[in-house]
Amino acid sequence: MTDAHIDGNVLAGPLSSVFTADVTSATAVCAGCGRSDRLAAAAVYGAPMGYVARCPGCDQVLLRYAEVPAGATLDMRGIATLRLTTG
Amino acid sequence: MAGTTLRRRLGRRRLTARLVGTRDETATARTLRFAVPDWPGHLAGQHVDLRLTAEDGYTAQRSYSLSAPADGEFIEVTVQLVPDGEVSPYLVRDIEVGDVVEVLGPLGGWFVWRPEQPEPVLLIGGGSGVAPLMAMVRARSAGKPPFRLLYSARTPADVYFAGELGGPETVVLYTREAPDGVERAPHRIDAADLKAYGLSPDDAPTCYVCGPTPFVETVTGLLVDAGHDPGRVRAERFGASGG
Repeated sequence: MTDAHIDGNVLAGPLSSVFTADVTSATAVCAGCGRSDRLAAAAVYGAPMGYVARCPGCDQVLLRYAEVPAGATLDMRGIATLRLTTG
Repeated sequence: MAGTTLRRRLGRRRLTARLVGTRDETATARTLRFAVPDWPGHLAGQHVDLRLTAEDGYTAQRSYSLSAPADGEFIEVTVQLVPDGEVSPYLVRDIEVGDVVEVLGPLGGWFVWRPEQPEPVLLIGGGSGVAPLMAMVRARSAGKPPFRLLYSARTPADVYFAGELGGPETVVLYTREAPDGVERAPHRIDAADLKAYGLSPDDAPTCYVCGPTPFVETVTGLLVDAGHDPGRVRAERFGASGG
C-alpha cells in the first residue's frame, strides 16, 4: 500500500445515503480471500472525493462508492457476504 | 442546484448546526459547540460529517469525532488546524458564534462505547485522535468500569482537554518534549509504555485506538503482540491530508 489510507469508519456517512442501518459495523466477507472483518476495519482510499475500500488481508477492492451531481455509484462486488447484527 | 436534488433523492438527513461557543484547546486547535435542532443524541465515539458551502455553491466535507457525550441538542467537535486545509482553517480561525454549517450524523456504530459495557476499557489516542476517546471518558459514570487513557502528544503545548486529564487513569505520553518533572523521556509509544501504563490483557479490556494511520497501525500491533485479543481492539484512523 503506497497511498495514504484511513479506514472504513469514514464510510458511515456516505453509505447512509444507501443503507438505513450502519454498515460500518457490519461484517464483510472478502470475495477474494474469504477474510471476515468489520467494514470499519477496511483500508479506505480516496476520501472524501470518493471511497475505495480494500480488504486488510489481501488488498482486494471490497467496495467503491462515489457521488457526483448526476447520482451515486456503489460497487460491492468484492464483498461476498455482508452480515449485519443487532446490538 | 444539482447537489440538493441528489441529496433529496438519496434521502440523506442533514441537519443545520449553529455555533454557540468555542474553546481553545491549543494554539492550533479548538472545540466548537453547536446547537443542532432535532439532534437525536449519540454514542461516545461517533462522528459527524460536517459540510461547508461557499457562496458560489462549492462544498467541502470532513468527518469530525464528537468530543463530548450526548447533551440534548448540543454537540461538540474538536478541530485541529491543518495548514493549507480546506475546512479546518475556517473552523479553527474564522467561524463565529451564530454561523451555521451542515452536519450529517451521528455516524458510525463500530468505534463506539456504550455505558452498559461492563468490561474495562483501554483508550489510546494519538494527537487529535484523543477527541472521541474524551467523549468516552466524559460519558462514563464515576468509577465504573475501569478506564485507562493513554494520550500520545508531541509537547505539553499540544495537549487537548488539559484541564480534565489529571488523575491516575490518564497518562500523557510525550513524543518530543515533556514538562519538567516527568520522568519518562520523550519518545513514541512502545511496548514498555503499554506494559507500564496500559491495562493487562488478563483484564480483557476493550481497546479503542484513534489517531493518524501510522500511529494506529503501530499501536494495534503492539496491543496484539502484548496478548490483547484482536477481536477486542477497535480502531479509527484519520489522514493528514485534506483537513
